[in-house]
This record gives sequence, C-alpha cells and structure tokens, in this order.
Amino acid sequence: MLRPRVLVVSGILLAVICLLAVVALGSGTYRLAPVEVLEVLRGGGRSMDRTVVLQWRLPRAVAAVALGALLGISGGLFQTVTRNPLASPDILGLANGAFTGMLLTLVLVSASWPLLSAGAVLGGAATALLIWALARTGGVQGFRLIVVGIGVSAMLASLNTWMLLQIELETAMFAAAWGAGTLNGLTAPPVLGAVVCAVPLLAVLAVLGPSLRQLDLGDDMAAASGVRPARVRSAALLIAVALVSLATAVIGPVSFIALAAPQIARRLARVPHLSPVLSGLTGAMLLLLSDLVAEHLLPLLAGAREAVAAALPALAAHLPAGPATVPLPAGVVTVSVGGLYLVLTLIQEIRRRA
Amino acid sequence: MIPRNRRPIGAAALLLGVLIAVALSLALGANPLPLDLVWDTLQGGGTAESQFVLVTRGPRTLAGILAGTCLGVAGALMQAFTRNPLADPGILGVNAGAAFAVALGVALLGLDHVSAMVWPAFGGALAVTVAVYLIGSSGRGAADPVRLTLAGVALGAVLSGVTTGLTLSNPEAFDAMRGWHAGSLLGRGGEVLLGVLPFALVGLVVAALLAPGLNAIALGEDVARAQGADVRLIRLGVVVAVTLLAGSATAIAGPISFIGLMVPHAARWVFGTDQRVILPVSAVLAPLIVLVSDVLGRLLIAPAEVPVGIVTAFVGAPVLVLLARRRRSRGLGALS
Repeated sequence: MLRPRVLVVSGILLAVICLLAVVALGSGTYRLAPVEVLEVLRGGGRSMDRTVVLQWRLPRAVAAVALGALLGISGGLFQTVTRNPLASPDILGLANGAFTGMLLTLVLVSASWPLLSAGAVLGGAATALLIWALARTGGVQGFRLIVVGIGVSAMLASLNTWMLLQIELETAMFAAAWGAGTLNGLTAPPVLGAVVCAVPLLAVLAVLGPSLRQLDLGDDMAAASGVRPARVRSAALLIAVALVSLATAVIGPVSFIALAAPQIARRLARVPHLSPVLSGLTGAMLLLLSDLVAEHLLPLLAGAREAVAAALPALAAHLPAGPATVPLPAGVVTVSVGGLYLVLTLIQEIRRRA
Repeated sequence: MIPRNRRPIGAAALLLGVLIAVALSLALGANPLPLDLVWDTLQGGGTAESQFVLVTRGPRTLAGILAGTCLGVAGALMQAFTRNPLADPGILGVNAGAAFAVALGVALLGLDHVSAMVWPAFGGALAVTVAVYLIGSSGRGAADPVRLTLAGVALGAVLSGVTTGLTLSNPEAFDAMRGWHAGSLLGRGGEVLLGVLPFALVGLVVAALLAPGLNAIALGEDVARAQGADVRLIRLGVVVAVTLLAGSATAIAGPISFIGLMVPHAARWVFGTDQRVILPVSAVLAPLIVLVSDVLGRLLIAPAEVPVGIVTAFVGAPVLVLLARRRRSRGLGALS
C-alpha cells in the first residue's frame, strides 16, 4: 500500500543524495567540476582525477551514505519498539558505552584501528545488555527503558570524561574526535565489512516488517492477528542494536542521526508509521550533508579570515586566531544541525498553535 | 516517609550530617589532619602546615556547600514546576551555555585558570536560559514546561556541538574543557565564592517565596488557578530562581551531575510532598552529598583525585535506575 507521496519523497531524497555525493566527490583541495566527477564515475577521466575520486573520496562518500542509512533505520526501529519519538540509540547510552569500550581499548590494549572498533562494539553491546537487564521486568517497552538508559549513559559519560583526563592531551583529542563520530581518515575495508554484515540483518528486518507495523495498532490487536508482540519487539531491538553497532565500529558514535532521521522522514512523507526505507534514505542524506559541512567548514572559515585580513589590514590583528587545520568530526555537525532542527520544529509548532 | 511528629528529629539528623561532612571535608585528603588540630586551626592556632592545608580546604568546603545548596534547590524547583520527576536544572540549557562560554573564553581570550572561568560560565548560563525561555514562551500562552524542556534540550545540543568543534580545533581549549567538564571544587578561591554569593542568595530567596505556589501547581494548573495562584508569575519566578541557582553552581564547580535530580527525590521519600518542606530539606541534603562525594573523590585513588562531578554521577545513576525500577514510583507513571 505505497502512497504516491512516499514514492515522490523517496525519489527526491535519492536525487538529493546523488547530488550531494557528486559535490562531495568533487570538493577539497583538488577541486573537480561535477561534469568531471561524472566522467570519472562512468569510467573515463584523467588518471589523477580517477585516483582522487575513486580511491580518496569515494570510500568516504559511500560510508556516509551506507552508515547514515544504517543509523536512520536503527533509530526508526528503536522508536517503533519503544513507541517514543525521543528514543534513539544515543539516548539509550549505546554511544557512551561504545566510547567507553574504545577508550578502555586505547588505554589498556593498543591504538590500532580494528582493535578500537572491536572495543567499541563490545562496549556498546555490554551497555545494551546491562540496560536491557536492568529494565527488563515489565517489558522492554516504554519509559523505564529510557530512564535506565539515561542513568547508565550518564554514568558512562562521566567515566569517559575521567578517562580523557587521565591520558595525554594528544591522545585525548584523537579519542574525543572519535567519540564525537568522524569520517576523517576512513579507508575502504571497514566500510565494506560493515555493509556486508548489515545485509543479512536488513533481510531479517524485511521479513519482520509487516509484524512490526501491526505492533503500532497496540499489543492486543497485534496478538489477535497472529503476531507475538514480545518476540517481534526483542528481535527488532536486537537488529537495531546490531545496526548501530556496525556504524559505530566504523565511524564512532555519530549522534542525532538515529534520533532525527525517522522523525524528519515521517514528517516529509506524512505517514503515520516509521518506514525503514524512508528513515534510511533520510539518515544517509543527513550524514552525507553533515560530513560535507564538517570536512570543509574550517578551511572555508580560514579562507574567509584571510580574505578579510587582506582587504582590511588594520583589522587583521584583531581577528581571532584561525583554528588549526584539523577537519572537524562529522558528529559535531550532526549534533548542531539536529538541535537546530528541533528548535525550528518547536518554533513552527508554536506558530501554528498561536 | 517519617511521621510528621518525627520531622524535627529528621531535620536534626540532617544538620548533624552536614556538620560531620564539613568536618570530614576539612580533615581528610592527601594530607589528613586530626579533627582537634582542625578545630585549633579554625580558632587561629594550629601549626603552619595545618593553616596552609586549611587555606585550600576551607574555600573548597564552602564551594561545595554553596554549589550543593544551589543545585538541590534548583532541582526541587524544576521537578515541582515541570511536574516531571526526571527534570534536572541542566535541562534549561544551563550547563551547555556555561560550557560554551567557557570554551569561547579559553579559545579566544586565553583564559587559563578556573577562577577566571567563573564569569564566562555564569554569563553563558544566564544568556542561554533566557534564550530557552524566550523560545519556550513565544507564541500564545505562557511558557509551558514541556516546551521549555524541549527548547532547552535542542539549544543545548546545538551549543554542545559547537563547543566540541571549538575545542577539537584548539588544543588549549580542549585541555581546559576536559577538566572543567568533570565538575570539580578544586582551586575555587574565596573571592570567586563572594562574587557568586549575591546571585545565589537572590535565587534562594525567590525560591523560598515560591514554595506555597508550587504546592498549588502540583495539583495541576487549573486547580492552582482556581485557588488563586498566579501561574504565570510562578513560572517566571521559577525560571529566574533556577537560572540564578544553577548558574551559580555551574559557575563555581562546573557541571555537577545528578545532585539536582536525586536530592529532591530523597527529600520526598523521607519528608513527604510538601514543597515548603522539600525545598529546605534539599537545600541541606544536597551540600551534604556534594561534600561527601568530594571527600570520597579525594580518598578513592589518593594521592590523585577523582573530580566531584564524576563521583556524584556514580552515586546518582544507581539511584535513578532504582527509582525507575520501583514498581509504583509515584509521578513516574504520569510520563509513561
């Protein structure tokens, strides 16, 4: 029962994603026009262009799209299962747990990339188990899960703060950038690994889909139509945790995408339930856009500062020192953009009521 | 809950607890002093060493008392006002605003000592709370608690993102912020406390004036109106008081988590639901917990220290989880 509006919105989202991807593949210190990017993607182009686009930038763009989609789908599942629009893996403490796992690995074991990822996944999974065990009586649904999540999450956050205080400044900054969620320095193999692992999970989700939609009608109705609410819910939650763990293992705990994507998608398409496809597309678009901003914001600011200093030499001494050239983590942008989105929604809602 | 006629005993026990906590806070640490020497030193005697130790532990203890009182009362106000047992003074964006202003101060002005960060922290907390109030109260009708909470969360998220970006591109700011974020009472001088004190006192007075009105609001806003309470005025008063109190506490100690959340609950468990009782009890119980947490932080991994904000999170989070697990927790049901 696909409504035309859902199809149109999906099409537009896809088009925006493609557009953003072309921009992302073309921008950077070695700039390429969209035409040149398309030429490379079709198999042509100069060999330098091919190296830059296919080997340097493509893995990052693919990661943003694929992992953003996983985050969006995961967030939608969390919100469907808990029936709470504010439920998301980050609020439930998984992000902090993953960061704790990563920090422990960094401090106690080693700083190698695969080990840090493994530590993060273990940390996230352990946190999920702990929260589930503490909130279990009375069902995983609803309020208690969120409160327990907030508590455990806050405790882990302060543990993380403390561990950051104990280590060298440089190591701590590296860890903090990872902790915000970043696509900087990403290579192709982990992205491919995450995508390959996600495929069977998404297949199971596709099978579960109809039963999940039945749950929206309430447990009694769902049970009457032959669905076992508790079992479906646990399975969905398990898939959601696995999906977000995959994304976190590769790019760290990027916040707000899982929270905002399903809600934005639902508003765009004006459908009552959260559709995994729409949530995934929106998540992909959000992460791609955020990463684009994160990668190029500081160089742009530095450029603007130089331009002002050149035009008005008298002002040059008073301008704040240009920030270091380290690119920002994408997670910094997703938090700000997500927050801004919430503020705007709020103002809009107030206007409508007034 | 203890019976009404035993309340004086409860109050006396609380005050005794605070006295003991103050004594422990003055006596214990990397360089422990016997209690009689502490007493001698306070009266002007003591050894050169004990005087030196108390010059640092005295202001630290006072900072703990002031920050604790402010947080406890602010938390009780927030919970009564939003009728949300999980409301925390940080919700209005106080912590995010303070952190943002401190990060700006470090990155742009090169502030490098905790006492220099007090005023940016306070200013940031005030500015952001005002912004949250304006967003939450725009449009028709007064600021309702749900809107205020959402506005606080949203604005807080934006600011925390910008703060992280700022600190990650500036190593000095990062170094200063990772310390500030933990929440600590270390190195807060007497002049800092004196500067913040007037704001905290105004906040406490406003809170005391609000208590009867909050009792009416607890029954629902329509009931409150019917009883003749000015709901709009009470709301404004709560926001002013919470801003001053939470802003003062954050300016002094950085973000200390969970005190504002858990102390009013403890007060309610023991002394019942009357706001005229909960507010003063929170004002006494909160500094008690802050001081004990601070002392624990000094002893846990001596001679190093765990910042007080981290100890309170480890004490407070289990309380929150317990609260959520109680079968018939009053008030929690309203949100589910």
